[in-house]
Amino acid sequence: MAKLPPYVTLGDRLWTLGYKLLCGLIYLFLIAPILVVIPLSFNAEPYFTFTPEMLHFDPAGYSLRWYRDVLGSEDWLNAFRNSFVIGVFATLIATLLGTVAALGLSNSRMPYRASVMALLLSPMIVPVIISAAGMYFFFSNVGLSQTFPGIILAHAALGTPFVVITVTATLSGFDRSLMRASASLGAPPATTFFQVVVPLIAPGVISGALFAFVTSFDEVVAVLFLSGASQRTVPRQMWSGIREQISPSILAVATLLILLSVLLLATLELLRRRNERLRGLR
Amino acid sequence: MADSTPILGDDGLTLKAKLRQAERRNKLKTFGLTVPLLAFILVTFVFPILLMIARSVDNPVPVRAIPQTLEALQSWTPPTLPAEATYRLFAEELLAADETGDLGRLASRLNYDLPGSRSALTRLGRALRRGAEDGQSYRALFEEVDPRWSEPEIWAGLKALDGRLTGAYYLAATDRTRDVDGDIVLQPENTRIYIGLYLKTLWVSLLVTLFCVLLAYPIAYQLATLPTGRANLLMILVLLPFWTSLLVRTTAWIVLLQSQGVLNDILVALGILDDEGRVQLIYNMTGTIVALTHILLPFMVLPLYSVMKTIPPNYRRAAISMGATPSRAWIDVFFPLTIPGLGAGSVLVFILCIGYYITPALVGGRTGQLISSEIAYHMQSSLNWGLAAALGTILLVGVLALYWIYDRLVGIDNLKMG
Repeated sequence: MAKLPPYVTLGDRLWTLGYKLLCGLIYLFLIAPILVVIPLSFNAEPYFTFTPEMLHFDPAGYSLRWYRDVLGSEDWLNAFRNSFVIGVFATLIATLLGTVAALGLSNSRMPYRASVMALLLSPMIVPVIISAAGMYFFFSNVGLSQTFPGIILAHAALGTPFVVITVTATLSGFDRSLMRASASLGAPPATTFFQVVVPLIAPGVISGALFAFVTSFDEVVAVLFLSGASQRTVPRQMWSGIREQISPSILAVATLLILLSVLLLATLELLRRRNERLRGLR
Repeated sequence: MADSTPILGDDGLTLKAKLRQAERRNKLKTFGLTVPLLAFILVTFVFPILLMIARSVDNPVPVRAIPQTLEALQSWTPPTLPAEATYRLFAEELLAADETGDLGRLASRLNYDLPGSRSALTRLGRALRRGAEDGQSYRALFEEVDPRWSEPEIWAGLKALDGRLTGAYYLAATDRTRDVDGDIVLQPENTRIYIGLYLKTLWVSLLVTLFCVLLAYPIAYQLATLPTGRANLLMILVLLPFWTSLLVRTTAWIVLLQSQGVLNDILVALGILDDEGRVQLIYNMTGTIVALTHILLPFMVLPLYSVMKTIPPNYRRAAISMGATPSRAWIDVFFPLTIPGLGAGSVLVFILCIGYYITPALVGGRTGQLISSEIAYHMQSSLNWGLAAALGTILLVGVLALYWIYDRLVGIDNLKMG
C-alpha cells in the first residue's frame, strides 16, 4: 500500500498495520505448507519433522537419500513415465476437441449456446467420484478398464472443460473484423485461420493445454477406479504411499512436483503477457 | 416510385430467402464445430453417469432366478408362513439357480436388504444339493437348515425382491428399510449412517465455504487495491498452491499437523504445549476442514479479486465526499458491489467441497470422512454397487441443483481460471 498521508491518526495506523498483518498470516497459511515440504525432503532421518541437526544447519542433518530412493525405485520411475504418457495423450485429445468446440461456442450465431456450454463444462463440476464410478461401470463393459486408453479417455473428458474455458476466454477478446480484413485481402478461409486466428489464440490454447495436462497429472480418483497395477501414476503412487508405508520419499516426490508447478506457473505468466501484448492491452 | 417486385438472385430466389439460407448454413457450421466434443463428452462422461444412475435401480437377479417363487409370494401375507407348495417351488428354483451361479448373487442381493441373511440362503443351497430325507417336508428341511426360515421376516424380504427395478438401494441410502408388512420405516438408530453423513457433508462444506470467505476477502481486497506490479507478486502466493498437486498439499498438511509434526513441535518448543499434551490436529474433522479450506481458498480469491478489480475507487471517494465516513462508504458502497463475486466463489467452493474425496480420505481419519468416502467404500470394498450408485445419484442431484443456481447467478461463461 502507498505511503500514508501525514494526517492519519494513530488509530488509522494501527488499523492498517493490523490489516497488513492479517493478510500476511493468510498468505502464510497459503504458502507455508508448500514451503515446509521442501527442506524436509532433504532430511537425513526418516522423520517428517525438523531434527535438531537440521535446525542448527548441520550438514549431517541433510542428505539426498530420499531423492536417491525415488530415482532408484522402479515403481516411482514407472509412475512418472505413466503419468507423462497418460497426461500427454489426454492433453492432445482434450486440446484438439476443446479448441475446435470453443471456436464454435465463441461465435454469436451458435444455437443453444448456453445449454451446450453448461453440458461441456459439467465434467468440471460433477464430483470426480461420481464420474469415476460411472466410467468404471462403462469401461469394464467395453473392455477399457485397467488399460491405458481407458485412463487417457477418462482424463481427456475431465480436462476438456479447462480448454473450452481458456480458449473461449481468449476468443472473446478476439476482433472478428481481422478475419474479414484477411478475407477482403483475398485469403481463403484456411489461410485466414492459420495465419490470423491461430497465432492470436495460441496463448489461450497453450494455457488450456497446460490446465488439461495438470488435471490429468494430478488426477487420482479415476486412476484409483480404472487402473490396474501396470497403470500406476505418480498421484496413485503417492496415495498408497500416504496410506500405507509413509516415508520421506513422498516429500522428495512432492518437492519435484512443486518444482514442476513453479515451471508451469512461469509458463502461464509468460503466455498471459504475450496475449496481452498481442491484443494491445499493454 | 418504389418498385414492389422483389429483387431476385441469379438462381431465382429472393435475396431475403438467400440470406436466410446463408444464415442457416452458418449456424449449422458453427454448431458442427462443437459436435466432436459433444459426442466425446456424451460417450465418455454423460453415458457412464446415466449407466450409474441405471445401476441404482437395476434389480436383474431375483426375477431371473426365482420368478415363480416371487409370483407365489405375492398372494402371501405375513405373519403366517407361506404354503408348502411355495417352499417346494422355491427349493426347485434355488437348485436351478445354483447351477447358473445366481444363488450366490441372490444371496448377496437379499443380504443388502436384510443384513446377515446371506448364510440362510447359501446354507439352504448346500442342503438342497444333498437332497431331502424321505418323507421330510420342505418346510421342516428349511427350518432344520436355518431357524430364520421359520420367521416371516426372511420371506417378506424375498417377496420385496420382486420387480425388474427396485427402490431398495435408495431406501438404504436414506437409512430406511421395509418392515415385515412391506411398509417403509426408518432403520434402528444404531445402523443409521447416511442421512447423518449427508448432513455432515453439507455442514462441513458450509464451514469450509465460510472460512474461505473470511480468509479470501481480505487478501482479494489487498490484491485489488495494490499497484499491479506488487499485486502480481503477491498473486503468486495464491496461484502457486492452486497449481501445486493436490496430493502434495495434502501430504504437506499431514507433515505440518500430525502429533509429531512441525506445528506441534513448534508449540512444544515455545512451551505452549507439554510434550505429552500434543494436540491431534489431523486424522479427524479438524484435519479435513483445514486441508479443504487451504485447497479451495484460491477458488474463492480469484472470483472475488476479479470482481473487486472492476469496482472504480471513485465510487467510494464520491460517497466520502458527500459526507460518509470511510467505514460507511465501505459498508454501503463497496461491499454490496462485491456480492456477485462472493456468491460466485461461495457456490463454486461449496460445489467442489461437497463431492471431495481424496483429501478427506487421507487426512480425515475415522471422524472426518464425507459422503464420497462411503461411495468409494461401496464401489471398491463392499462391492454393493447398487448402493454406491444410489448414494452417488443423490449427491449428483444436489450438485446439479447447485450448478443450475450457479449458472443463474453468474453464468457458467464467467467461470475463470487463473
